[in-house]
Amino acid sequence: MASENKKTYKIPIGPVHVGLKEPITAWLDLDGESITNATIRPGAIHRGIEFMARDRNPIQVISLSERICGICSFSHVVCFVRAVENVADMPVPARAQYIRAIVLELERIHSHVLWAGVACYTIGFDSAFHLGMLLREKVMDILEAFTGNRVNYGMGTIGGVRWDVTPAVNQALRDMIQYYRDEFDAFYDVVTEDPIAKARMRDVGVLSREDAISYCALGPTARASGIRCDLRWSAPYEAYGDMDIKPIVPQDYYGEVHGDVFDRFLVRVLEVYQSLDIIEACLDGLPEGPIMTEPKIPKLLGQLKKADGMGWGAIEAPRGDDTHVLKLTAGDENVTWWKVRAPTYSNAVSWPIMFKNNELADAPLIINSVDPCISCMERMLITDKGQDTGKVVTKSELLERCRDKTRRLMQG
Amino acid sequence: MMTFLLKIIAGAALMLLAGIFAILFEGLDRVIHAKMQRRVGPPVLQAFYDLLKLLGKENITPRSGNKWMFNTAPWFSVAVTLLVFMYIPIGSLPAILGNSGGLILIIYLLGLSAVMMALGGFSSGNPIANVGAQREMILMMSYELPLAVVVTTMAWLAYKLGLPGQPFSVETFVATPVWGVVGKAGILGLLLLFVSLVLVVPGETGKGIMDIPEAKTEILEGLTIEYSGTNLAMIHLAISLRALAMSGVIVGLFIPWSLGASLGLHGAVLFFIDFIWFWIKTFAVAITGVTLIRTAFGRFKIWQASYFYWIKIAGLALAGMILLSLDVLL
Repeated sequence: MASENKKTYKIPIGPVHVGLKEPITAWLDLDGESITNATIRPGAIHRGIEFMARDRNPIQVISLSERICGICSFSHVVCFVRAVENVADMPVPARAQYIRAIVLELERIHSHVLWAGVACYTIGFDSAFHLGMLLREKVMDILEAFTGNRVNYGMGTIGGVRWDVTPAVNQALRDMIQYYRDEFDAFYDVVTEDPIAKARMRDVGVLSREDAISYCALGPTARASGIRCDLRWSAPYEAYGDMDIKPIVPQDYYGEVHGDVFDRFLVRVLEVYQSLDIIEACLDGLPEGPIMTEPKIPKLLGQLKKADGMGWGAIEAPRGDDTHVLKLTAGDENVTWWKVRAPTYSNAVSWPIMFKNNELADAPLIINSVDPCISCMERMLITDKGQDTGKVVTKSELLERCRDKTRRLMQG
Repeated sequence: MMTFLLKIIAGAALMLLAGIFAILFEGLDRVIHAKMQRRVGPPVLQAFYDLLKLLGKENITPRSGNKWMFNTAPWFSVAVTLLVFMYIPIGSLPAILGNSGGLILIIYLLGLSAVMMALGGFSSGNPIANVGAQREMILMMSYELPLAVVVTTMAWLAYKLGLPGQPFSVETFVATPVWGVVGKAGILGLLLLFVSLVLVVPGETGKGIMDIPEAKTEILEGLTIEYSGTNLAMIHLAISLRALAMSGVIVGLFIPWSLGASLGLHGAVLFFIDFIWFWIKTFAVAITGVTLIRTAFGRFKIWQASYFYWIKIAGLALAGMILLSLDVLL
């Protein structure tokens, strides 16, 4: 259809767009309806959280790390806390590990239900969107009953968790599991039965297995491309070592992998059921004992002040592998430095590939299909727009600057 | 002279009523849509409040746009859609301009209304509106095919069976319901035609599965992106009016039965009851074609919509056409 000398025109999707949850810009070169090229321009919501952490002590940074993201807030907390525990060599009571796993899975359910709703909204299926919002209420209510908060739970602390599973919470969790098993089927039907949803999502935004590997896709995005990767399975942490967790890949269910938006939807929907099973197993096997290694915060801070070295934590957040690395210096109360690599940072790289040979109508769906969390992602973008012509610093330059900074930090 | 004046008065009154009913339909559509999604939803009159608010707002014309075209298109679109009601018999009342035009003109007017909206989009100079306008044109070309098949089949049927009246006039079909004059295969054929015409309604209004020219999560309300104030109010009105006009045509062609006549009423009461009855039927068709479909499904992509209308719905209509021809000829 496209003739050689035909002029393409540019359309921006974002930074503020009805179909997007968070600010990101995709400049699309269009020929009619089809996308010939796509440029992703992040950088609208960088907040400098890592810098802020450098004049705070680890206990204060917990609440800071919680505010990196609205949905996967507890993932970032657990990741940060695990990194600190790694440096300080601090044990975590078994009960606390189980409770962390429960909250992490609740968060995954929350994230995936919300995502499924938004994906339906993006294809104009408003009824499923409202159903998603309705289903999401339940897990938020449970999180509120459990931790006292609906979004930033204030649940994690170094060396344990802050709230215990009381018998009432236990019952509420079991009720929630039953509720989701009964009600979540509507989304499963969207995946398998709705013809229009299938027409909109099948073979759209394809990311092949090879591309997913070479562009370092993570989490459900990578699993939908057929890669068996799940830190809960390959490098179990917290209570997951005691569970039988298999990464969910489409080939196990449909026998074939397309790596498209449909597969991403399928993987996420099936992961909700998996999370329900994990929560149930955690509740059944919940060990007795304390939930914190050191409940007295001044004493804990004293211990952390003595810690020296670099620690890291990596967990499977709802969107993929989330990694925190930090350094604590003995005698210094504050975090020396802290680096967050959120899953979207890796997943966003594969957007331009997914855009190839797709249509304008698919663009917001493709952006949403990796479940982007832009506020998680934006930690290290530098533009020299102030002095230059708006050129974004290239990857190699950025890498060089990053190394420079690390060198500076290690010397000073 | 007297009839001319009477026609003008009746036409103006009907246009006003159609406008009010169109807004009421939008309100009802929202409420029913919300109820089916387990939401509370807005008050029924919300569409009126929105329209009144928009009418009080400033019209902003984009600098890069063709101002004249941009500002005329919405009004023109409303005007031609209102004209459609002049050619549809409302219950037992004959169509006001029934003698001077029929189904062909109705298709033309509905098409013109869509073209006007697309022109408004093109003339705004916004690339997103441009995409929306292109989609509107493609969508229009897509649903015209099943529409044309249905209309020609019905006219051919009326001509072949010798129904009293002009074959292309809606009044012919109101006077003699077609369901009674054909055989069993014919009834099946009519049913297929009816279904395909109901499925044209979402395309005509650009709602639900055919919410493509104004897809807000894709192209940010598409061709209406630059519109504001009175112009936007007119565009909303035109869209609702098209849903009602199309449903009115379907009622005239396929569900023409008179309630008043079956109750044995006469005179003014008959006209009044049938008038109300017509709008009830029209609303029922419009709610089936717009609200139910937009609640149950997502939205197609434009080429999928074309495929849907050109292959599936046109196929359905053609099957109906063949069944009807067989029934009438054999």
